[in-house]
Amino acid sequence: MTEARAAVEAAFRAESGRTLAGLIRVLGDFELAEDAVQDAFVAALEHWPRDGVPDNPGAWITTTARRRAIDRLRRARVLADKQAILQAEADAEARVAAGGPTVDELEAQGVIPDDRLRLIFTCCHPALSPEARVALTLRTLGGLTTDEIARAFLVPEVTLAQRLVRAKRKIRDAGIPFRVPPDSLLPERLDSVLAVLYLVYNEGYLASGGDAALRLDLSAEAIRLARLLAELMPDEPEAIGLLALMLLHDARRAARIGPAGELVVLEEQDRSSWDGALIEEGTSLLDRAAAMRRPGPYQVQAAIAAVHDGATSAEGTDWQRIVTLYDLLRELSPTPVVELNRAAALAMAGGPEAGLTEIDRLVADGRLADYYLLHAARADLLRRAGQPEAAAIAYRQALAGTANRAEVAYLERRLAEVGGAPAGRA
Amino acid sequence: MQYLLLIYTPEIDPAAVPAEDQEAEMTAYRAFSAEAAERGFMRGGEALEPTATATTVRVRDGRTIVSDGPFAETKEALGGYYLLECPDLDTAIEMAAKIPGAARGSIEVRPIWALPMSMTPDAAAATAG
Repeated sequence: MTEARAAVEAAFRAESGRTLAGLIRVLGDFELAEDAVQDAFVAALEHWPRDGVPDNPGAWITTTARRRAIDRLRRARVLADKQAILQAEADAEARVAAGGPTVDELEAQGVIPDDRLRLIFTCCHPALSPEARVALTLRTLGGLTTDEIARAFLVPEVTLAQRLVRAKRKIRDAGIPFRVPPDSLLPERLDSVLAVLYLVYNEGYLASGGDAALRLDLSAEAIRLARLLAELMPDEPEAIGLLALMLLHDARRAARIGPAGELVVLEEQDRSSWDGALIEEGTSLLDRAAAMRRPGPYQVQAAIAAVHDGATSAEGTDWQRIVTLYDLLRELSPTPVVELNRAAALAMAGGPEAGLTEIDRLVADGRLADYYLLHAARADLLRRAGQPEAAAIAYRQALAGTANRAEVAYLERRLAEVGGAPAGRA
Repeated sequence: MQYLLLIYTPEIDPAAVPAEDQEAEMTAYRAFSAEAAERGFMRGGEALEPTATATTVRVRDGRTIVSDGPFAETKEALGGYYLLECPDLDTAIEMAAKIPGAARGSIEVRPIWALPMSMTPDAAAATAG
């Protein structure tokens, strides 16, 4: 009984995005498609414990969802052509279930199109708010529940549910097309897709303000979606670069948090606990992307992560190469955050004073005034340059800007080291 | 689908704009209208007199209250509109970006609400279930 339930849940995590994408293409309606997939889920919970888990659970779900969509259309007495398309696809799926070709083979033959790519682009359309893009992508492609997404982003479930409903209505009522954008729009739209996945990854990597243990692993979700995107767009170096970047960062995950939940910075991490398999996979993906000779910000960031991952110690890191890569990144995406990271690398390559000169320029610039990592980076450099009093002030400024427990623990330890008491914070 | 493209631009005193600039702007708008018509999108469009000529009307407790000026005083004011029939939002966005006013103001793209009476079979299918 529980085994069948686990099988149903596993199959839905793996298949619902594909099934949903196919139905949305034909129906042009997110809600109707979701209802049909939900029907199939309920049917599976009813049938599988009784009749056993089918040999090909994915095909069973797709077939059932298509049939339920036909039922719903019949009830609503609408367009025969949509029913016909669904019927033809359901028949093809039935052949799969009967031991014929697999869904992947049918997709490769063009009998059933893989609609997940269109779904990604629709969910990440720039006419939707960034929050809605993230929620919709996780809900429809990731197959996460509203409750799971709400908890992951620390918003009430009602708020998230409303966000999803509004986004789906906008897709329908504003006429957002369900398609992979034409070449003229592709670069800009792909940027939006990559940004959504990267945002999900970062939210998981640096679960700001929350208790990480209680939250869904958003980084793992982001990697799953990035894998899918890289698989669906094998000729897009930035899609591959983003996956490489995530894997190369994820390789250090275990080493990043200490036994008491405190943040362990790169230079103090136990490098033997880094995940060699992830580093290898990330590096080879990066090589594949780089061979396409179309550099982009994700590839460059992955290259920086690869330099760190390949070094046996902080001192043994090729900091000059990292500075060079930041120079390139600065050209591709000139943001103050990139400047800050470049300054930190410069300090490692040429001493804290070199980095401080750059950081003080950023402080004067003002765009990062409220960014706690600016103060944290400045504090670290002042400490290393032998200016404990100035460092303590900067650590306090950084502490005022973050609620993340692991980061607070790290900053307070450093503050104590430079002789400052952890003053009361707002 | 039909989209109303609302053109919001900073209001400038026409007297302060050189004649050749005004002429260039008119030429750009004529070119836009020509393209929209050629592609079969054009359903209408007008330019509006400045907000100094606007009158706002409200009815409260059965009383009609008339006041001078636009509904809201903002830096950018509604200066005109186009009504276009486009296949999807991406096309409407592409056209909006070509309106000359987009370069100095902003264009709000609003889908026309397909009322049940005017529903096409496609729209009916989309709202079923």
